[in-house]
Amino acid sequence: MSTLEPPKKLSLKEKYAQMTRGLGWETTYQPMDKVYPQTQFEGIKIHDWDKWEDPFRLTMDAYWKYQAEKERKLYAIIDAFQQNNGQLNVSDGRYINTLKLFLTGISPEEYSAHRMFAMLGRNFAGVGPQIAAQMQSIDELRHAQTQVHTISHYNKYFNGMHDFRHMHDRVWYLSVPKSYFEDAMTAGPFEGIVAISFSFEYVLTNLIFMPFMSAAAYNGDMATVTFGFSAQSDEARHMTLGIECIKFLLEQDPANVPIVQRYIDKWFWRGFRLLTLVSMMLDFMVPKKIMSWKEAWDIYFVQNGGSLFNDLERYGIRMPKYWEETVIAADRLSCEAWNTFYNYAAAANFNPWCPSDENMDWMSQKYPETFDKYYRPRFEHYRELEKKGERWYNTTLPMLCQVCQIPLIFSEPDDPTQTCYRESSHRGMAYHTCSNGCKDIFDHEPEKYVQSWLPVHQIYQGNCFNPGTDPTVDGFNPLAAVLEYYHFGPGDNMDYAGSPDEANWMQWKGLSKEDPTKKVA
Amino acid sequence: MSVEIKTAAIAPVRHTFSNVARRLGADKPASRYQEATFDMQSDCNFHYRPLWDPDRELYDRRRTAIVMKDWYAFKDPRQFYYGTYVLSRSRLQDTAEKNFEFVEKHGALAGLPKGLTRRIKAIMLPLRHVEYAANLNNCYISAYGWGAAVTQATTYAMMDRLGIAQYLSRIGLLIDGNTGESLKAAKQSWLADPVWQPLRKFVEDSFVVKDWFELCVAQNLVFDGLLYPLVYGRFGGELSQQGGSVVAMLTEFMDDWYAESIKWVDAFIKTAAAESPENMQLLSTWTHDWMVRAADALAPLATLMYFEDARPALDEVRANLQARIAKAGLQT
Amino acid sequence: MSKVESTVFLALQANDDTRQIIEAIEIDNPHAVVNRMPAMVKIDATRRLVVKRKTIEEITGMDFDLQSFHVNLVSLSGNIDETEDELVLEWKR
Repeated sequence: MSTLEPPKKLSLKEKYAQMTRGLGWETTYQPMDKVYPQTQFEGIKIHDWDKWEDPFRLTMDAYWKYQAEKERKLYAIIDAFQQNNGQLNVSDGRYINTLKLFLTGISPEEYSAHRMFAMLGRNFAGVGPQIAAQMQSIDELRHAQTQVHTISHYNKYFNGMHDFRHMHDRVWYLSVPKSYFEDAMTAGPFEGIVAISFSFEYVLTNLIFMPFMSAAAYNGDMATVTFGFSAQSDEARHMTLGIECIKFLLEQDPANVPIVQRYIDKWFWRGFRLLTLVSMMLDFMVPKKIMSWKEAWDIYFVQNGGSLFNDLERYGIRMPKYWEETVIAADRLSCEAWNTFYNYAAAANFNPWCPSDENMDWMSQKYPETFDKYYRPRFEHYRELEKKGERWYNTTLPMLCQVCQIPLIFSEPDDPTQTCYRESSHRGMAYHTCSNGCKDIFDHEPEKYVQSWLPVHQIYQGNCFNPGTDPTVDGFNPLAAVLEYYHFGPGDNMDYAGSPDEANWMQWKGLSKEDPTKKVA
Repeated sequence: MSVEIKTAAIAPVRHTFSNVARRLGADKPASRYQEATFDMQSDCNFHYRPLWDPDRELYDRRRTAIVMKDWYAFKDPRQFYYGTYVLSRSRLQDTAEKNFEFVEKHGALAGLPKGLTRRIKAIMLPLRHVEYAANLNNCYISAYGWGAAVTQATTYAMMDRLGIAQYLSRIGLLIDGNTGESLKAAKQSWLADPVWQPLRKFVEDSFVVKDWFELCVAQNLVFDGLLYPLVYGRFGGELSQQGGSVVAMLTEFMDDWYAESIKWVDAFIKTAAAESPENMQLLSTWTHDWMVRAADALAPLATLMYFEDARPALDEVRANLQARIAKAGLQT
Repeated sequence: MSKVESTVFLALQANDDTRQIIEAIEIDNPHAVVNRMPAMVKIDATRRLVVKRKTIEEITGMDFDLQSFHVNLVSLSGNIDETEDELVLEWKR
């Protein structure tokens, strides 16, 4: 080798391959299937792990450099936000309730994703996917922590999110995201990666981040916008992992196609159900609206997802089962959801409210076929009750779906006036699900779903009281005892009207209660 | 004229999250490390048994024989959460990048005596596979460990080891002019050369250790505690004397990294050992057994590096590790 | 099967760094549609979108590392192919 010639310049792809791919080897002192014990049991066939393509070829030095740049910017903004009491700049105190949902519902699952990708990083038998998964693992830890740090300041001033991990593991509706991720984590690695990297991170993630972060921007929440966009730049890497894993699995062996299709069907449906909360955030919770759920679903699933599945057709993959039902449901989902939380405001860790005239008129415009006909009368009725001092709080606990764990509040696809539920039988017991999609999931793996820790069932079995609680004493109030188990404090639950959050907001902004548009003193 | 800067004065309802306040004993301002770490892992009400481990829960304390009343007693002395971790690494990376650019620009490696270059290739390049093994092992702990405190530190360690493997690879590419020949040759050595087989067997055996805390002891305390002083500490110094100070530039990252790493490893071992006599006994036994195995596995490499000085070199690093371990409260 | 026309998209933060990148994208992709939203710019294109380092460098007058682009990326869709010179987003069908 001549010392005078400049070294051959490697392309990004070649450099990455040299520095990464060659690191692994076929073990001989311990058998490969003992070192990688989880790659066989799902029936997925991998013939050549080296066929994995690395779309974004980030070496660790580049990772540290770019991520540090993002963190510097992000924390500078979080610090400025805190110093300037940025929380006072949001459009309205009600907006904060979206952050309560976020921190208690989503952030703990960022942590779950972190641990899940560590599992994948260890259990895949090829260096390419291992490294891709590990990088996602540390990214998800970043997301969990930056969300905690961003929302930490809001926690100091608003209620409902002070014990987010404790609540996430116990509160009735938070078992929806908890069970979703635990389902993926307790499955095999191939199902896990299709569930999260493909179905969630690729197909559905835009539905959380794009509208919600834009909504944060529209509503003056600088901290969340900053965090959101900062996290999203990592998401691009995650999305590429999602599409790459699908192509890799489908190209390795035709026998993988039906297995992968089943995973896609299951996880599309579970993911769709998970997004129920986002639908009501967009349509009812953000004071300044950016787009309707229906519009978001059309852009990010029908259009974007449609393009994706067109592309996958060449492998023999079709659109996910029951996708047409999701389009029908788009006209109803947010109303069915918000109605539920209005009902159960006493047991939720945020403060729902009856929609204003302005909100309802916007809904009439966005949902011309359904809102005025099926949902407005109900909200107007609630308002009448409120005026009479009889604000309706539902004290009967709802039946939950055995799979997605959402209460059975959805309507039949062909009839908006009928509650949809399905029944299955397993070992002589009856189990209920909310839809065709969830029933199919149950029927395929009943042994898994009968294990579900359904919060309502658990409450009725007496498993949701603090140790030492005696339900037999006179005047025992089970709901109060459950709320203690949830660690709810004053102001965490109940309607926004009359809440400490509302009172504080009025005071801090110098607003009058009689006319909230008028500043006093 | 004085300028008064007024900001809106409003009183917070609370200073931190309730779980953090419980741990601090009062509701007072908490550090970012505390808020980002405490209780982040779910610990109850799991929904489904794992298909891949049906006798256990998703997260399960029984995946290690170490018993702790509180798994958040482990505190990283570096207080690394994600932000401070990448910031720290980007500074180290910046120095490393400048060093690599310097060496490349000045053809400094090409100017070394051929024998020295051969030694660097023979000794350092196969170690990238050892680093990859450390990456996989820390990945295992991050996946199956209990609690966010320990698994956070091992997550950073996991990515660090990959980074180091990549730096070692770059050294090879610098030597072979970006053809990759040196890396191929190093892999062949790793797979077939007698010098490397005990080490390869050692790491493959580590791949099938089930108890994640034992693996942490074997990898992060014992093996690294011998390997790093043996290779980067001593060898780097010797190479410098022979004119290979350029190697010291290229391995500066590894030196800085190791000095930092032992802080958290020692702290965590100390915390686990102080918890109970049972833990202390278990940790001591693991440490003793793995040290014997690691020293045996490293012996041929030590000979390759130090020739007739191999035995004293190994004894020295072993003695230093013993001293570290004793300080952490173990008895070996 | 879906009768939707296949579009790819790229979404970037709306800030000083990205202004010129967006300009370059518009030049290299005449069929693309640029949608400006709060704090973000979403660029849609049928079938294919390419980001070229050279074009960006012509506009900025400075060297540009395409990988640094990550810092301002919000989201994207399509099959991805990245080299030092180009980032391509594409649906095969």
